[in-house]
Amino acid sequence: MFTVPSLSDLNLAATLPATLLALGASVLLVLDLFVPKGRKALTAWLALAVLGVSLIVALLSLGDVVDLGTGEGAFFGLYIADSFTDAVSVIVLVTAMLGVAVAYNYLERTGMQRGEYYVLLLFSALGAMLMGAAGDLVTVFVALELLSIPLYILSGFRWRDEGSEESALKYFILGAFASGFLVYGIALIYGATGTTAFGGIWAATRDLLAADAATKYVLLLGAGMVLAGLGFKVAAVPFHMWTPDVYQGAPTSVVAYMSVAAKVGGFAALVRVLAWGLPDFVLSGQSAAAWQSTVWLIAALTMILGNVVAVAQNNLKRLLAYSSIAHAGYILIAVAAMGTAGVANEAARAVVIYLMAYAFTNVGAFAVIVAVERDDGGHTDIDNVRGLAKEQPVLAASMAVFMLSLAGVPLTAGFVGKWFVFKAGLAADLVPVTVIGVLTSAISAYYYLRVIWFMYFEEGEGKAQIAWPLAWGISVAAIGTLILGFFPYLLSDMARGIALAFGG
Amino acid sequence: MIPLWMYLVVAAGLFVIGMFGVLSRRNAIAILMGIELMLNAVNVNLVAFWRYQTPTKLSGQAFAAFVFAVAAAEAAVGLALIIGIYRRKRSVIADDVNLLKW
Amino acid sequence: MLISRCLFRLEQAELNGFHNKTEILAVLSDFAPIASLFALSVLVGVMILFMSRMLGPFRPTARKLVPYESGMRPYGDAIRRIPVKFYRVAVLFILFDIEVIFFLPWAVVFRDLRLYGLAVMGFFFLVLTVGFVYEWMVGGLEWD
Repeated sequence: MFTVPSLSDLNLAATLPATLLALGASVLLVLDLFVPKGRKALTAWLALAVLGVSLIVALLSLGDVVDLGTGEGAFFGLYIADSFTDAVSVIVLVTAMLGVAVAYNYLERTGMQRGEYYVLLLFSALGAMLMGAAGDLVTVFVALELLSIPLYILSGFRWRDEGSEESALKYFILGAFASGFLVYGIALIYGATGTTAFGGIWAATRDLLAADAATKYVLLLGAGMVLAGLGFKVAAVPFHMWTPDVYQGAPTSVVAYMSVAAKVGGFAALVRVLAWGLPDFVLSGQSAAAWQSTVWLIAALTMILGNVVAVAQNNLKRLLAYSSIAHAGYILIAVAAMGTAGVANEAARAVVIYLMAYAFTNVGAFAVIVAVERDDGGHTDIDNVRGLAKEQPVLAASMAVFMLSLAGVPLTAGFVGKWFVFKAGLAADLVPVTVIGVLTSAISAYYYLRVIWFMYFEEGEGKAQIAWPLAWGISVAAIGTLILGFFPYLLSDMARGIALAFGG
Repeated sequence: MIPLWMYLVVAAGLFVIGMFGVLSRRNAIAILMGIELMLNAVNVNLVAFWRYQTPTKLSGQAFAAFVFAVAAAEAAVGLALIIGIYRRKRSVIADDVNLLKW
Repeated sequence: MLISRCLFRLEQAELNGFHNKTEILAVLSDFAPIASLFALSVLVGVMILFMSRMLGPFRPTARKLVPYESGMRPYGDAIRRIPVKFYRVAVLFILFDIEVIFFLPWAVVFRDLRLYGLAVMGFFFLVLTVGFVYEWMVGGLEWD
């Protein structure tokens, strides 16, 4: 017989970071209406405040100072409140705060300043946080849309520019198409297992494999389509076509946030679906999960394509777009490593570590491009950073740090990320793809060092516009990259609590 | 009872028709119609699975309602973006939106 | 003849829970009224067009061939640009209609869910009210 649950059964306390962000974003949406047009700095400060409060709660929870909930989920299992959630929340909130800092003056000088920008950013961050906390495929889908739809609007924020509108339309159409695949995959998984909760899917998968029913092929097909839908979000190889166009056309401050947040959300969902939902999905005659071979193949292709095409790029934004594709490939090695039993915990930790390192680095690199860019959106070619070291030594030094970190040079956060990812790959016996990862990393050094060369050893104007919020943002990102590189135990401590609930 | 596989075939057929629409149409609004068709095909799939596999639990129906809501929101945003492009170019032919290339 | 051929094929294949022709006919006969309505409407429509084409005189003049516009002489293009405010109203309607879609199941079990249902749906309603307040204050509800 049906009994009415009570409000405390929802366990809202466990969702505190996400709830605070949701409430703050809604309140900001209404408050922004009363902020006069010239004073939008108030909205930006309020957005930072909301993000800061949520970040503090997430950090306290991550450090086990505050225990949100008893480890069981909230909302009857739709939301899982564990260490993985806290880690992903911290990464997303840091990215969003850096995104707000980078955006304010950029919006002013390009004439795009509207309060809704910050609200959309907050909602998108909420979506990414919820993807990390998902305990159910329904949550993954809704959170994916919550992450993506504000990004579609933000990509088209420069409403007088054709390139921006075009990138928004392309992103929207391809994103909606991929969402269709994702939902179809979810429907098939639901049909094969009879439930959408990850715990239930894991249990039903064991039963299916034990009974050797033909339904396991439906499950396989569903998992493949979910992989396709999420692979679009993280720009994995057959689904990467939108990345260069959207990164080039969208306003740079949007790309700074979006390049990291969409990946964090996408990878968080991938880890949840594959490691929490389908970890023991081993078909007969194989030793690892059925999806592992597909994922490492995609990883190999992604790394090769991203790095090879980036070599030929002259526009900084497109260069970073292809580099972003390549980095998705490196993280996919760790995702593939989750398929081997016993390695899954280590691989999930590697994903989180890489994403944290990548967040500081990538937002910083795009922030430097924001500084170099002209008001009308041009001036972002690699030629335009010539001689930057003479005019703006600190800016050039920060960009050098970001480029070295992206290349994976030791003593930077990027190296730590790659170390953990390759370690997980080797632990899972995925030797070919790890070797490809190392080789393509070496190739990538060429185009990252080329940027440094142009800044330091070429003659040029080196003009850049840096307002103090942007300077703060770049400094935090650069210092973060260096600190995480010098003290890698910070990263591994952050990820230490991540452990799979089922299987593994 | 009509067998389950018939519903799945219909849903798959709708999905593929929608996919064909997205991939082959030039008009941006027609592409959006294809996307809506894909999402509705998923709904048919979900409800059929719910009815035949676990008719006592409600999760299939609830998820179908979620997909409706999300599809509507997505369509609203997409149409707004298309209107933005239309104001600039006076056309909604997606092929003409090609400033950003390789 | 067609029906008996269908029945024959069904006999050959698995009957999927039907045990004999009578049962199949019993299910199919539920659709008899709708089928006959469909057939009749098609028939009447076709007959009207067909008969007026065959039996009516055809003596066209310039005035008679002009498209009908309530007696006025038509001017301007047939296809005009529709102002975007119609789109805005339509989209806002869709969004709040979807909200109502979520209210309807709650309305069915409203009494059984008591305070919990009210609180949860109230929160859902509040979130959408925030959107409504935003839209109102920004001027989205203005027609001109």
